[in-house]
Amino acid sequence: MTDVFIDQRFVGSVENPKVFAKKVREERQKGKISGTVNLAYKPELNEIHVETSKGRVRRPLIIVENGKSKFTAEHIKKIEKNEMTWKDLIKEGIIEYIDAAEEEGAYVALSETDISPEHTHMEISPTTILGLTTSLVPFANYGQSSRLNRGSKAQKQALGFYTANYLQRMDTDVNLLHYPQNPIVRSFTYEMSAQHRHPAGQNIIIALMSYEGYNMQDAIVLNQGSIQRSLARSTYFRPYNAEELRYSGGLVDEIGIPNKEVKGYRAEHDYRLLEDDGLIHPEATVGEDDVIIGKTSPPRFLGELDEFSIAANKRRESSITTKNNEVGKVDAVVITDNEEGNKLIQVRVRHLRIPEIGDKFASRHGQKGVVGIIVPEADMPFTASGIVPDLIFSPHSIPSRMTISHLIEIVAGKAGALSGRTIDGSAFASESEKDLRKSLVEMGFRENGTETMYSGVTGERLKVKIYVGNMYYLRLKHMVANKLHARASGRIQLLTRQPIEGRAKGGGLRLGEMEKDCLVAHGASLLLKERFDSDKTTIHVCEECGMLAVYDDFRNNRFCHRCGSNVIINVVEISYAFKLLLDELKALGIAPRLKLRNKY
Amino acid sequence: MEEQLFKDYEGKLTKKIIEEVKAEVKEQGLTKDQTKKVLEYLKEEYDTAKISPGEAIGILTAESFGEPGTQMTLNVFHFAGVAEVSVTQGLPRLIEILDARKEISTPSMEIYLKKGVSKDMAEVKRVAALIKETKLNEIATEFSIDLTKLQVEVQLNQHRLKDLKLKPDQVAEALNANMKGVKASVNGEKIIIKTKAEENELMETYKIKEKSKEVFIKGVKGITQVLPVKNNEEYVIITAGSNLKDVIEIEEVDETRTTTNSLFEVLKVFGVEAARQNIIREAQRVIEDQGLDVDIRHIMFIADAMTTSGTIKGITRSGITGEKKSVLARASFETPLKHLINASIIGEEDDLNSVIENVMLNQPVPLGTGLPELVTRGKKETAKEGKK
Repeated sequence: MTDVFIDQRFVGSVENPKVFAKKVREERQKGKISGTVNLAYKPELNEIHVETSKGRVRRPLIIVENGKSKFTAEHIKKIEKNEMTWKDLIKEGIIEYIDAAEEEGAYVALSETDISPEHTHMEISPTTILGLTTSLVPFANYGQSSRLNRGSKAQKQALGFYTANYLQRMDTDVNLLHYPQNPIVRSFTYEMSAQHRHPAGQNIIIALMSYEGYNMQDAIVLNQGSIQRSLARSTYFRPYNAEELRYSGGLVDEIGIPNKEVKGYRAEHDYRLLEDDGLIHPEATVGEDDVIIGKTSPPRFLGELDEFSIAANKRRESSITTKNNEVGKVDAVVITDNEEGNKLIQVRVRHLRIPEIGDKFASRHGQKGVVGIIVPEADMPFTASGIVPDLIFSPHSIPSRMTISHLIEIVAGKAGALSGRTIDGSAFASESEKDLRKSLVEMGFRENGTETMYSGVTGERLKVKIYVGNMYYLRLKHMVANKLHARASGRIQLLTRQPIEGRAKGGGLRLGEMEKDCLVAHGASLLLKERFDSDKTTIHVCEECGMLAVYDDFRNNRFCHRCGSNVIINVVEISYAFKLLLDELKALGIAPRLKLRNKY
Repeated sequence: MEEQLFKDYEGKLTKKIIEEVKAEVKEQGLTKDQTKKVLEYLKEEYDTAKISPGEAIGILTAESFGEPGTQMTLNVFHFAGVAEVSVTQGLPRLIEILDARKEISTPSMEIYLKKGVSKDMAEVKRVAALIKETKLNEIATEFSIDLTKLQVEVQLNQHRLKDLKLKPDQVAEALNANMKGVKASVNGEKIIIKTKAEENELMETYKIKEKSKEVFIKGVKGITQVLPVKNNEEYVIITAGSNLKDVIEIEEVDETRTTTNSLFEVLKVFGVEAARQNIIREAQRVIEDQGLDVDIRHIMFIADAMTTSGTIKGITRSGITGEKKSVLARASFETPLKHLINASIIGEEDDLNSVIENVMLNQPVPLGTGLPELVTRGKKETAKEGKK
């Protein structure tokens, strides 16, 4: 007896589970039971689970019976003539949706030729074993699976044309690629998923060779000429907001150029970009920390402080400035109201991003790299026909990663570009490599894609043939302009007196635990001390009780709170973090006493 | 004369080196001058091999283990169809060794047999069967309870008995010896287990039934799996489970070569020197299996640190790290509050002699360039100047 559960609730048991399961499935295929019902038979638990609940992920498969696919050439014809639709296929029990639990017990063939009498289903297309983004990788069946994952991840980070109404939008962190192109080599899912309306890359000429070591370790060499011809240019948008908030007591923020009495008033120079309404004008060039929106807020603690100070009654300056490290041009200024009816100002700043050293690029095969050098066009190698590559890719990136799809795309791209057509690179159903090679030969090129090249520097012919071709390249959103960071001195944390963290705040770069170990291992003891001097302080220690003493700078005398001024008080230099530790120990009720001793 | 020459080098070279040179000199018939040259050269080499004062060997060792540790894979390849005893490998095993865990996750032995038997497959198989621990449920087909007599009846598997050369009365004997409060007897092919207690209940009988399944019948306790493996000409028995003490008492076993990966068993049976050697061997095996390379001196250093106390202590807060002299150093490792509070209760002092404390206080660490100190004799007044 096998227990039967419907939506995880026990409803009864059946004598013959296999017959039962078969019957339920048959009824479902006939349409007598809803097609959303799935049945999973688990022989190891001796249970049958019928699922009718929502939220299950299901996918369509072609039903196979007695070693034969139910989907025949006849159906294809009917579909082509528009006599049959997807719904009809389901109604007629040719295709059914399977959930994850039912799939466990299904035996799915990849293609018609694989079908054996044991098979229960067949994939509609072998591509369906891949996800949406992964299916966009051309020649995916030639690649290593982990590289496909990385390839699809790279596509999600590629700059492109994400929407057509970007001028009307105030999205944060937006990048737009100039002149995006559709790939020459694409899979059939490309158009199917409307990717061709949102292209996110460009077809470029790529050569596989080394270039003076500037492309080792996954770096790439870019042609300066190509960049000047706007290869991979993009624009970065960032919106800034300001709201006229209402506070209790009828007080409001005021947008406008702050007057000089305002608390925290900046220099007059800082407001130079603002117009009379306190807003910056479109197309103004803004630098780091420039005021974009002038704003003042009412005083913080109204009333209470009045008696003590006159200054406290002043309005506060609360202007919006551009972020640290961010420059650009004002793209748009929008004056509007928000849901609460408050006046809302939105300013969009745009910055042109021309590829530079350190920017990240990737192909669709998980081959990513950063720009190592930008070479003047004259110094780039060229082919006999005068073609100069846009990008030089290191051949060392290929063997260990086994991204054969990358290599095939180059041949395919070359053939496609030369013959002026798109190449189908769908996984398992692509144009054959043989045909691509043949078409290259027909157009007068070497069938393996290599060409004789000449050094751009000396003009000499290179001793080996270079693999050149056309390929779709993606510019990824990680750009040095957003990441470059260094600091000599700057803000510190209040509690620990150590430098603050993070690029946006101009923080320090941490020399961590393991980096410390490195210095210790080298015996660079004094360098280590110097590197950790960021929070050094001098403390006064009472030699009597070993606790912190007080130094009165005004009267220039030292005393200990416990032992008075008639004791020896010495000065030691330690890290503030340790002083903090001593204080925290005292808070715990532990008395840490320092016993000073001349070290030498 | 020559004796004097060697005596001069005592303390400059190790005893072992001097002894070796002595023997070699005699054999080669070297003159005194030549011997002196040899010794002088050896001393130079010996001195360069020494580590200079202030070298941070502890951190170097830690880094030398830590860096390859990041490359270790947790998943080890297995070969389909090949009989293997699964042994923890890689980083988990290394952690196990360095922590000196008492209960390791996969204890295993390599049992070598004496020369006479080690090449004979049939003999090896016989010894392996002898070693393997057999429990009652492995040789029984059925356990049932006779409700009327309130006794457990065990149906024995005759094939298994034959394989193990066991007789039913031997099984009953083992049951009597290893199970308390019951009496087992043979009844044909069945074994009857009865409680000795006067009063008997069904629940009791059921408990006896369940307990009896796990009763040890034959073999060496703790060894759950045996696998004879050919290793250059002779067979070695690899086991899952380890019991060094009992295994080396078996006649056919070559106790000079038999090993276990359980550090504490080696410590118990052969002592701390052997345990040290075992730590080195096991740690090195993990590193070599992963295709990595760590200088053996680092491993030896760790093994030394773990065993100097005369027993094995792991690098944990309850082991050698917890025995550090400095309070601040211990507090910076694990459970800081515990160390700080205990230190305050007994009024511990920290001399700030080690690395981590000095990093905390931002003082030069006493290593490398921070180690040498310049001592000058100052004037007597300067010493007083400190008092103001």
